[in-house]
Amino acid sequence: MHKINIDGQTVEVEPHRQSSTEKTILEVAKSAGIYIPTLCYHPALEPYGACRLCLVEITKPEWKEWSKLVVSCAYHVENNLIVKTSSEKVIKARKFILELLLARVPESDVIQKLANQYGITKTRFSSSLNPEPPTLNCILCGLCVRVCDEIIGENAICFAYRGANREVMAPFNKPSEVCLTCGACAFVCPMGAIKIEDIVDIRKISISKTEASLVRCKNCGVTFTALPVSEKVKKKFQTLQELLELCQKCRRKKTIEKLSYGPMAIRNI
Amino acid sequence: MKDIFNKYEKKDENILGLLEDIQTEFNYLSEENIRKVAEAFGVPLSRIFGISTFYKSFSLTPKGKHIIWVCSGTACHVRGAPKISDRLTQLLGIEPGGTTPDNQFTLETVNCLGACALGPLVVIDGKYHGKMSVDKIEKLLQDYK
Repeated sequence: MHKINIDGQTVEVEPHRQSSTEKTILEVAKSAGIYIPTLCYHPALEPYGACRLCLVEITKPEWKEWSKLVVSCAYHVENNLIVKTSSEKVIKARKFILELLLARVPESDVIQKLANQYGITKTRFSSSLNPEPPTLNCILCGLCVRVCDEIIGENAICFAYRGANREVMAPFNKPSEVCLTCGACAFVCPMGAIKIEDIVDIRKISISKTEASLVRCKNCGVTFTALPVSEKVKKKFQTLQELLELCQKCRRKKTIEKLSYGPMAIRNI
Repeated sequence: MKDIFNKYEKKDENILGLLEDIQTEFNYLSEENIRKVAEAFGVPLSRIFGISTFYKSFSLTPKGKHIIWVCSGTACHVRGAPKISDRLTQLLGIEPGGTTPDNQFTLETVNCLGACALGPLVVIDGKYHGKMSVDKIEKLLQDYK
């Protein structure tokens, strides 16, 4: 067992064979009930370390008082590790990061709220972004790009340009041809910067600029997903064709009907 | 175009080399060519687009026949590089990063060319012209017109 000390609390972690598959500090802290703020982290995705908000101070008995700051989302735990999640050093660094984020997206509620928690209402920095302030509350955490790559597998959007000009967009900033309009990007965005618009029978995703038609439930007629999503899922789950024509509610009803020996049973519930 | 493509094995590490060759050959990366690279390597289009926009040596719009670099590194800067760059903007009617409408010249500033002793430095089509001045640049430009 690895013995780790987080904010004075001793936590035991089962070691893994490879150090790269070891749990991260963030995961261990979370299971110990210790809160560490994050923006670019999502449990379903590989750690990325972009927002730097989750940094913590680590040391070991043999380091002779020496300590360093690491991003807890990407740092794998080791035996005898001593972690401080809210030491003076950590708070100072985190405040600095929040000031930088505030300079980038001054209008964002999410960042304002986080910054206020650390007593920050103003930033010393001015943004070199054009237009200023930016119309899009994007902090370039990369969650949308990563979910589209790692989970959806379509790679519809990417980071384009670099430095102060870095932006998330579909290739050539034109409507993406591969975007399924599934909305996973909007779902993971911590800033609420990506918009999904469902207007009558059309879904539009702001970041990929893609439009697709919506699918209606065969049973009750509500729109419940976009056509490209439905087609992809149907291809993947050949045996579930019938259920995939239905919205979530009707799908559940249908499943219960099957489980409870026919439609008579469901009427009696 | 086919020759450039066949030069490389379709491995990820060859993407940059191929893009560089296309940039040299056509003076820019066209949308069509970026799509071809993505298809040939079986890599998402978004990734090739990301690479194409990341590196400064790639351009998505056609560059001019002659490419002028004005060094704006520290040594050249203190020796008057901004004045030379301003003069070129005046003479060509384009800001750094721009290309003249007749596609003859592209003006760019670069951060350091490692020849600080020659500063202020201007490079035209790969040829170094050191100890440049506002008067000299006007004469030099005539040679390329």
